[in-house]
Amino acid sequence: MPSVLPLGDPAPSDGLLPAQAAAGAADRAFGLYVHIPFCAVRCGYCDFNTYTATELGGGASQDAYAGTAVSEVDLAARVLTASGLPDRPLSTVFFGGGTPTLLPAEDLALILRAAISTWGIEDGAEVTTEANPDSVTPESLAVLKAAGFTRVSFGMQSAVPHVLKVLDRTHSPARVPQVVRWAREAGLAVSLDLIYGTPGESLDDWRLSLETALSYEPDHISAYALIVEDGTKLAAQIRRGQVPGIDDDDHAAKYELADQLITAAGLGWYEVSNWARTPEQACRHNLAYWRGDDWWGIGPGAHSHVGGVRWWNVKHPTAYAGRLGQGVSPAAGRETLDAETRNVERVMLAARLSGGLRIDSLGDAGRRQVAGLIADSLVEPTAAFRGTLVLTLKGRLLADAVVRRILPD
Amino acid sequence: MSPMARTAPVPAATDPAIIRNFCIIAHIDHGKSTLADRMLQYTGVVQSRDMKAQYLDRMDIERERGITIKSQAVRMPWERDGVSYALNMIDTPGHVDFTYEVSRSLAACEGAVLLVDAAQGIEAQTLANLYLAMENNLTIIPVLNKIDLPAAQPEKYAAELASLIGGDPEDVLRVSGKTGAGVEALLDKIVHDLPAPQGDPNAPARAMIFDSVYDTYRGVVTYVRVVDGMLHPRERIQMMSTRATHELLEIGVSSPEPTPSKGLGVGEVGYLITGVKDVRQSKVGDTVTNLAKPASESLPGYADAKPMVFSGLYPLDGADYPVLRDALEKLMLNDAALVYEPETSAALGFGFRVGFLGLLHLEITRERLEREYNLALISTAPNVEYEVTLEDKKVVQVTNPSEYPTGKVAEVREPMVSATILAPNEFVGAIMELCQSRRGVLGGMDYLSEDRVEIRYRLPLAEIVFDFFDILKSKTRGYGSLDWKADGEQAADLVKVDIMLQGEQVDAFSAITHRDKAYAYGVMMTGKLRELIPRQQFEVPIQAAIGSRIIARESIRAIRKDVLAKCYGGDITRKRKLLEKQKEGKKRMKMVGTVEVPQEAFIAALTTDESKDKAKKK
Repeated sequence: MPSVLPLGDPAPSDGLLPAQAAAGAADRAFGLYVHIPFCAVRCGYCDFNTYTATELGGGASQDAYAGTAVSEVDLAARVLTASGLPDRPLSTVFFGGGTPTLLPAEDLALILRAAISTWGIEDGAEVTTEANPDSVTPESLAVLKAAGFTRVSFGMQSAVPHVLKVLDRTHSPARVPQVVRWAREAGLAVSLDLIYGTPGESLDDWRLSLETALSYEPDHISAYALIVEDGTKLAAQIRRGQVPGIDDDDHAAKYELADQLITAAGLGWYEVSNWARTPEQACRHNLAYWRGDDWWGIGPGAHSHVGGVRWWNVKHPTAYAGRLGQGVSPAAGRETLDAETRNVERVMLAARLSGGLRIDSLGDAGRRQVAGLIADSLVEPTAAFRGTLVLTLKGRLLADAVVRRILPD
Repeated sequence: MSPMARTAPVPAATDPAIIRNFCIIAHIDHGKSTLADRMLQYTGVVQSRDMKAQYLDRMDIERERGITIKSQAVRMPWERDGVSYALNMIDTPGHVDFTYEVSRSLAACEGAVLLVDAAQGIEAQTLANLYLAMENNLTIIPVLNKIDLPAAQPEKYAAELASLIGGDPEDVLRVSGKTGAGVEALLDKIVHDLPAPQGDPNAPARAMIFDSVYDTYRGVVTYVRVVDGMLHPRERIQMMSTRATHELLEIGVSSPEPTPSKGLGVGEVGYLITGVKDVRQSKVGDTVTNLAKPASESLPGYADAKPMVFSGLYPLDGADYPVLRDALEKLMLNDAALVYEPETSAALGFGFRVGFLGLLHLEITRERLEREYNLALISTAPNVEYEVTLEDKKVVQVTNPSEYPTGKVAEVREPMVSATILAPNEFVGAIMELCQSRRGVLGGMDYLSEDRVEIRYRLPLAEIVFDFFDILKSKTRGYGSLDWKADGEQAADLVKVDIMLQGEQVDAFSAITHRDKAYAYGVMMTGKLRELIPRQQFEVPIQAAIGSRIIARESIRAIRKDVLAKCYGGDITRKRKLLEKQKEGKKRMKMVGTVEVPQEAFIAALTTDESKDKAKKK
């Protein structure tokens, strides 16, 4: 998640949710996100809310973090019940960061077990952790599997050393096949995260990264264009002219190459930046974000969504631990979406999915745009005739422009 | 040394023998307003504690820019050799665009103070106004100002002034408006050197209007110089050019606040209020007479103000059109030279084609509209009025390139000016190169002093309205100065260059240029637009054409990527807000065919680089 929090309304100290949050909750899945705000090194491009190991103390320290996170699980359960939400077992859990695997596997297991004992978990639920190739071992992966994790997403980013260097990634490319093998041996599904468009990366560099990643036969690939966020080291380097800037045309060419190679290897796109070997192997936790389901985000700076109420926790781990220590909600701000805004979000997010968007759910003005979108090769004609708006490859690259066209002014 | 007058002569009962009417001829920053302030203070009409810098410049813009746009007259008492005199100081506008107003101010005076910065020497406009004053047989008092400056070179410039007006460098007064040094001596010299006004007190009244100003509370305030006879309050007066009659509600003098009097007699300078609401009913240069006992002949020199430069003014937000219309109506009340008519542009929507005296007039008007009426405006590139004769002998006046006729053109005539440029002689080459490149014809060249030259060119007005003065300034390191006046017209090989986006003509970017420069204009404008228009979902060709012949082309490549790669839980709020912002941005786009053009692109494309730099400096 980005480190700059949105502007919103103040959140109450008891964390109680407005009445609309509970409406229709029984029909929505419930997931849990757990933010682990630690990294061994801060990467130059990263603006996520994360801290290097020695920065923090008290309840915010790495040693104490699992206990602090569990206290938010307890608070979450109380708030949901008090706000009139029904008891729902977890359908997905996702540990992200930061680098979750920088914590001992036992700590991650501890948090997961606390969540399961609080809410229960559906059969076949998806439980993922992000991992740095540097910070897993066969033993730690076995511990995670035993605790209930089903899936691991490795931050591979690139197979090219000079690209990894610009990104400040410390792992050796040779370690990736090893950790992938260990994860499989532990019985975990594997996803690989890649980044393209890093300054200095050639199209052939990117091709090599894709081919290398695909040679490990992952179940899932995420490929993100590098976004240069304000306030990062990389943004400063570009501003000073030390590294070249970002070129959208280069991004477009690399996205097209990614889609071509990943699809040829037998995976299919299901979201603009995500491909899965089978529909079942799509990341269900992320799909829940895009489909407007409910989730609670544990951890400093974590975002949550329940029934059209979005909120976010205080950013700094020390402030976060301090609030929980006093039994106060760590929420820093929130927004309660009205029907129109929820519709804007629904369109904005669903348009990114291969499952698409029901055309009859659009307003008149939006529906009138569909013919033009087909003519401009942005939307699949056959799906459109069946009533669903699905983006073409060109449309995926111009998804934001498509959304602006189909949303009412 | 003279003291402040103990008793001031009473208006309406002042013997012409003790009246002295004078103006100050000076360049923009040569310190005229500061000197005038000091005179107001020393004559006691403004108490020191009420003094604010540039007392007479009433508009904020005037005070900020340090220039006088509208003139005024102030009556000041001054005692010399035991006699109290009435000094009327007529504050003239200082810029080339307002030459006609200057000539009328001069006509109201018997003498002129020629004020020159002792560190800079005389400038072209000052010289032009000096010639005007000499043509009007005014007595000239040469004065060097700012003698307190370390860079002052009084000997050098005294010699220059003496050689210009014929006299002894020793007779050139040296003052400092800032410290007050020499100002009392100047007041004495005005009394001593200037002739008293002459006129027939028994003849029918004749007074010349040298300025008229709209005042929200009082309506139009008309400033006059009485030549013959006398004007009294409550009598009916007549404007001799329009034959319009008015009742004289109030008559008086400015000292410097308006002070009603029992009338104004021969040689006196003061104001009239008739209750009219529009300065067009009180035109500068017109003669006021008494309806009951009218004069048979008006005073010489009256002319209608003629707009020379035209520009389209459009509100950035189309909803502001009525605000712009009302604002122009109000400005017109105070600016007889402003003319406008509604026009529509396919690209810019509803606006007005406005005629101005010159570029400064345009800039000031635009700035006043933006500041006083809180409008955001696009002004199209300024152009002049062309006379286009078609092969069927039909004649069309074109003030807007989009009105250029499409039929077979037999001849195009354009307005010409004669320009005078003053500069140190080291820049003569650069100036001649500039003027030649602007289709100028050299008229002559004279040395004002050893190292200062006066160069005269006849140029097409169109060549100097856009960026000529800015370039002259930069080529002469700021030392060059320019004056121009209308000088007939000429036939020329002119063509209209159209700019097309995706084959669609954009009227706001069309221009009429000389055939030799059409290509350069096409390349410049297509290049600029390529930089200014964001990439669209399709390729956008930009073409410049004369008729159907393409002379320059550029293209904006289609955008290939417009998607945020990552959109997880914590990104959703941020992404939605970004989307809202993008949609807002889309609303500020003007659609040209299917191409979205940001309004900023219109502004930037129609602005010269020099004027952009100026805007940045503000």
